[in-house]
Amino acid sequence: MRKIIDFNNVYIADCATTVGKDESEGPLAGSFDNTEPDPYFGKQSFEKAEAEMNLRTLNTLLGKCRSDGSGVDAVIGGDLLNQCTATSFAVKHLGIPFLGLYGACTTIAEAILIGSGMISAGAFDSCIAMASSHFCSAERQYRFPLEYGNQRTPTSQNTVTGCGAFMLTNAEAAIKVDSALVGIISDNGIKDQNNMGAAMATAAVNTIERYFEQSALLPCDFDLIATGDLGKEGKELAEELFRRKRLDLFGRFTDCGTLIYDIERQDMHSGGSGCGCLATVLGGYLFRRLKSGSLRRIMLIGTGALMNPNSILQGESIPSVAHLITLSAV
Amino acid sequence: MNKKEYVRFAEKKAKRSPCFKNCLLAFLIGGIICVIGQGFGDLYSYLGVPDEYSPALASVTLIFLAGLFTGIGWFDKLAKVAGAGTLVPITGFSNAVASPAIDAKSEGFINGVGARMFIIAGPVIVYGTLASIIYGVIYYLVTI
Repeated sequence: MRKIIDFNNVYIADCATTVGKDESEGPLAGSFDNTEPDPYFGKQSFEKAEAEMNLRTLNTLLGKCRSDGSGVDAVIGGDLLNQCTATSFAVKHLGIPFLGLYGACTTIAEAILIGSGMISAGAFDSCIAMASSHFCSAERQYRFPLEYGNQRTPTSQNTVTGCGAFMLTNAEAAIKVDSALVGIISDNGIKDQNNMGAAMATAAVNTIERYFEQSALLPCDFDLIATGDLGKEGKELAEELFRRKRLDLFGRFTDCGTLIYDIERQDMHSGGSGCGCLATVLGGYLFRRLKSGSLRRIMLIGTGALMNPNSILQGESIPSVAHLITLSAV
Repeated sequence: MNKKEYVRFAEKKAKRSPCFKNCLLAFLIGGIICVIGQGFGDLYSYLGVPDEYSPALASVTLIFLAGLFTGIGWFDKLAKVAGAGTLVPITGFSNAVASPAIDAKSEGFINGVGARMFIIAGPVIVYGTLASIIYGVIYYLVTI
């Protein structure tokens, strides 16, 4: 479906976030539910640590919603690990039906989109949308061993250690999921996996442009238009592309990868990335602002680079996709 | 904008690595590592190690120290500043073997540590050995 999907009666009852040390020392410190300074989360490996992080987040969410999980129709979510084990290994403890997703760093937008669709269609009464990433497990999977001594390029991004989970429901709550738009894969020829912002910028711009072509709403109707993890480089490229297309976003445009860290002080090069980036910034910072009324309506664009280590070695360029969701305070 | 134009546009916009600063730090820290290596060589000679063995012993010491620093998490912090200064001397090779070994211990000693230890250094070993064989054959033919 190429049209904007308008949802009926889909709300976010509550959300929960867990982050690691760097995120808890960044500018958004204090907006997250759980922080854990130990990258192992008390476990023996980083993969187990990510599963533990996800389980803690789910338990926090169920606690906030006063639910034992029996009323939840499904958990929809994923992460960056092979076969999405961090999420499935966490959900296996809860006995809730599970749909695993791989959407690279769009995962939380994709999960909210699918979950909202199911609720809107009446198939579910409530479900949990979640996504996570862990710096150490992502480094192991995509890059070098952690103790390997190398220098990163200024365009590289830091994978966020964090998990965000959202309880979607058809019972009226403070935040409403209004609409969504599924992204089209864009391959702009970028092959440098240390410049994923450049690879993803065109997909984000394309999805936002398609939204405003179809919607009666204007960019100024949104208090914030935030992409997931383009980073500093990708955000600047996207802004330049908007200028060239003469699409004025009225200064509403930002990127969660540039919000989660103090890039200079924490030496984060181009900013944050990973499924956890949008999930924790939305679940922590933006959710609070929506609840407090300082934001009324926002647009979020999950941005994902769809490569794997072998495709990079085989010289393929990095295709990317961007899914859009809009939320508003009721 | 077509793909080529976009790649060029993105490359032009991309922030560059501070090349001069990186070179200077690599030169200084790499130089200091080499001075330390020479210091060990001289120390071993002073302690009575025959001259043909003391350089090898100095290399072994640097390999050990780089492995140790990798294990206690100092090496990557130093390498972040030093770049090629820690990569080019034998310390870089030691780190390239030690770091995946540490990383893979969660997958066990056989399929983890044993199998993945040479994932970065492997190509250096393969092509280094191959180059030395070719060099040996040429040397043999020239001096025959």
